Amino acid sequence: MSVIPMVLADRVSKSFGSNRVLRSISLKVDPGEVLCIVGPSGSGKSTFLRCINHLERVDAGRLSVEGQLVGYRQKGDKLFELRPKEAAFQRREIGMVFQRFNLFPHLTALENIIQAPMRVKRMSKSKATARAKELMERVGLGDKTDYYPAHLSGGQQQRVAIARALAMDPKLMLFDEPTSALDPELVGEVLDVMKELASSGMTMIVVTHEMGFAREVADSLVFMDDGVVVESGDPQKILTNPQHERTKMFLSKVL
Amino acid sequence: MSTPNRYPISPADPGPPGPAEDGEVIKAIPLRHPWRVLIAVVLVAMLAVFIIDAAQRKDFGWAEVGKYIFDKRISQAALVTLQLTVYSMVLAIALGLLLAIMRLSPNPVVKSVAWLYIWIFRGTPVYVQLVFWGIVALIYPVLTVGVPFMTPWLSFDNSIFTNLFVTAIIGLALNEAAYMSEIVRAGLMSVDEGQEEASRALAMSWGQTMRFIVVPQAMRIIIPPTGNEVISMLKTTSLVTAIPLSIDLYGVSRGISAVTFTPVPLLIVACIWYLLFTSILMIGQHFIEKRFSRGSGQRKADKGSVPDGPPTTAELTNTAIGNDIGGKG
Repeated sequence: MSVIPMVLADRVSKSFGSNRVLRSISLKVDPGEVLCIVGPSGSGKSTFLRCINHLERVDAGRLSVEGQLVGYRQKGDKLFELRPKEAAFQRREIGMVFQRFNLFPHLTALENIIQAPMRVKRMSKSKATARAKELMERVGLGDKTDYYPAHLSGGQQQRVAIARALAMDPKLMLFDEPTSALDPELVGEVLDVMKELASSGMTMIVVTHEMGFAREVADSLVFMDDGVVVESGDPQKILTNPQHERTKMFLSKVL
Repeated sequence: MSTPNRYPISPADPGPPGPAEDGEVIKAIPLRHPWRVLIAVVLVAMLAVFIIDAAQRKDFGWAEVGKYIFDKRISQAALVTLQLTVYSMVLAIALGLLLAIMRLSPNPVVKSVAWLYIWIFRGTPVYVQLVFWGIVALIYPVLTVGVPFMTPWLSFDNSIFTNLFVTAIIGLALNEAAYMSEIVRAGLMSVDEGQEEASRALAMSWGQTMRFIVVPQAMRIIIPPTGNEVISMLKTTSLVTAIPLSIDLYGVSRGISAVTFTPVPLLIVACIWYLLFTSILMIGQHFIEKRFSRGSGQRKADKGSVPDGPPTTAELTNTAIGNDIGGKG
């Protein structure tokens, strides 16, 4: 088996000033795999996610997506920083969904979705619109295409955000606490869309507090605390029988 | 906890109880404000006295005012003032946008250039700048392109500054651009950081992010102070006398009064025209502001239950739910 891993992190570290947020994170995500990252807030989960599409830069170690180094180019044993355009090119196939949705409020749901395909992929407007309508249908909002984000509920906004990311036909989807900003009764509709996406074979990395989702959907689970991977492996095993003291403590609080 | 059906509403659910009978309607005696009334009466009386007095004063020369208010030369000059305002503001807004984006750019060279520009043009009086632009053609009669101390490749007369109307527009616009850039910068910075992040995560470039995502959202913040600047510019055009350009409203008024020896009536004439234009601009600003706050969802709820987006039939039949959702933001 010599499949190129979708994401490969090899002793990745990252500091903000003197604060070491990530400390030698190593992990691997295969194509089609769904990885859930859980852990207390401030443990570096979101930062790690943001490193994968180079919204944050890695200080040490090697992080690659589909065998390509993120944010740098290696020539011999030297690393060269990528130009903003090259970094943008790497992001084309990585979709990201944010905790606070970050939809563009001055554009309708449909316009939100067609922006990147039109601007980045130079897709024609009619083609992008047709595709956007399909995606809106897929996330169950076929009748809301002409609504501004402010007129949609949080759950609907997050589904539009997922459709917006999918419009670029990503190979990898990153979810940064996608349900944390939602009212409890709206969480389910977003998780349903994510489950459907997972079952369609999408590679996903999900930072979440939804243990039920992790147990049901994830192929593997990583528990992070204080910038370190404390425990990783089969979600059922970790959630029911955590080995590490810190994992036990965390799970006893959230389950 | 993650079962798909999160709202187990059974069909037998009778729904929420209906409203109880209304309580007694309140019929209270409204609060009285005797002092407000009294002060208003006194102020109106004082104003009346002033107007009656002014109408009878010879120095105001109302007959002269009536004679010159629609004078061809004055209305022509008013048009010049309007042109100066519009052309210089359009230039200033374009340049101000450029400067603001330069100041926010990650490139330190570009950033410093913008900073230096703003430092100079905001730090010196516009009157002095106009005097300078008036004589710049004397200081630099010929513009050359080439390597210093060598025979120039290209050289041409600095003729643009011999046209005083164009000089006035350039002088006003260059000064105003410094102020506009600060207004635009405040607008750009008011846009949530998450917007830029989302745009970058979608692989859009910095330029695309600015143009399609950040600038359109900043407009709502930029428009009101820009309207203010337009009104301010309309009055600043009277300073073009420093260039010296004297075909604008103030210049022509003074020119006429120098001949007729009636300065006060012509100042009143000029003021009436300025006031007319600023009033029109204020009305225009009101409507532009209204337009740009649309779709932003900031204050929709107070207008009614139907959102700006075209409501679907499903939503119209479901207004209760629609309202519920609309309340969040």
